[in-house]
Amino acid sequence: MRLGHWLATFGRFWWEFIVGDTPEIALGVAVIVIAGWLVAKSAPTAALVVVPLAIIALLVASLRRGLNAA
Amino acid sequence: MADREGRSHGVARVTATVLVGLAVFAACAVEMVEALTIVLAAGLTRGWRSALEGSALAVLVLAAIVAAVGPALIHLIPMSVLRVVVGSLLLVLGLQWLGKAILRASGHKALRDEVAIYKREVTRLSGLPLRGSGRDAAGFVISFKGVFLEGLEVVMIVLTLGLSSGNLGVAVIGAGSAVVLVGIVGAVLARQLSEVPENSMKMGVGLMLVTFGTFWGGEGAGLQWPGADLALFGLLALYGVTAWVAVGLLTRSRRQSGAAETT
Repeated sequence: MRLGHWLATFGRFWWEFIVGDTPEIALGVAVIVIAGWLVAKSAPTAALVVVPLAIIALLVASLRRGLNAA
Repeated sequence: MADREGRSHGVARVTATVLVGLAVFAACAVEMVEALTIVLAAGLTRGWRSALEGSALAVLVLAAIVAAVGPALIHLIPMSVLRVVVGSLLLVLGLQWLGKAILRASGHKALRDEVAIYKREVTRLSGLPLRGSGRDAAGFVISFKGVFLEGLEVVMIVLTLGLSSGNLGVAVIGAGSAVVLVGIVGAVLARQLSEVPENSMKMGVGLMLVTFGTFWGGEGAGLQWPGADLALFGLLALYGVTAWVAVGLLTRSRRQSGAAETT
């Protein structure tokens, strides 16, 4: 019972830490990391440009969501 | 030729190490200002002994987490996997900080008001019954929770930046100096925490976390950044310009919508 409670608290902490009120960032980072890994295998030079630009696009998307929520 | 290459590589490494130390220092300073607001409120209303003991215990527990988890992660997890996980965590954390800092700097989100938070805490704590002598449980627990919860984010930054750069020591020193500095400044200035440029610091930390997150996440995923560690400066400049443009555009759009509302 105590262990279950502790695990739930631990899980809630990580959920709040990673997802929190910006789920689009958590999801977007996961997509970028996987996509970056795939692009790096086939076109390593292109990945150097694509990854930072994708991160900027994610920041813009998150800002738009923040503006709508504000 | 090889000597010059080696020297520039060495300079890039040293600069990257300094950047790691600065990022951890600034992140820790921001979180400690937030924790200090709670500790000051607890100290002034419930007594300093309980507040300081609660804070000291929280710092000890946080240090123990770094000491226990840090070396274990280095030995148990391959560096490439660690860098992908750490890079992703830094990106998530950095984009969260950066996004909120941009919205606050452009006036779309209210700035964190430490004075208002302090006053709210004082009112809340003053309402609780006070024991005559000895340790006050409420003051102890509230200070412990305040420092521990704010400090957990710092622990995450110390571990992620420290492990990926291979400079856990530098990260720990950066965090430790911020704790000492904010503690001294807090003790001297007491209730003038609103003077701290918290949002600018958060913006700087957010930029550095996103930069390191991109760099190490990319390296873990198999990217080879041109110029090795020097690429950090290119990424930092790219994200810095993006944030600057975003703040400018959002500030202008807010002014325009404000002007349209008044006419």
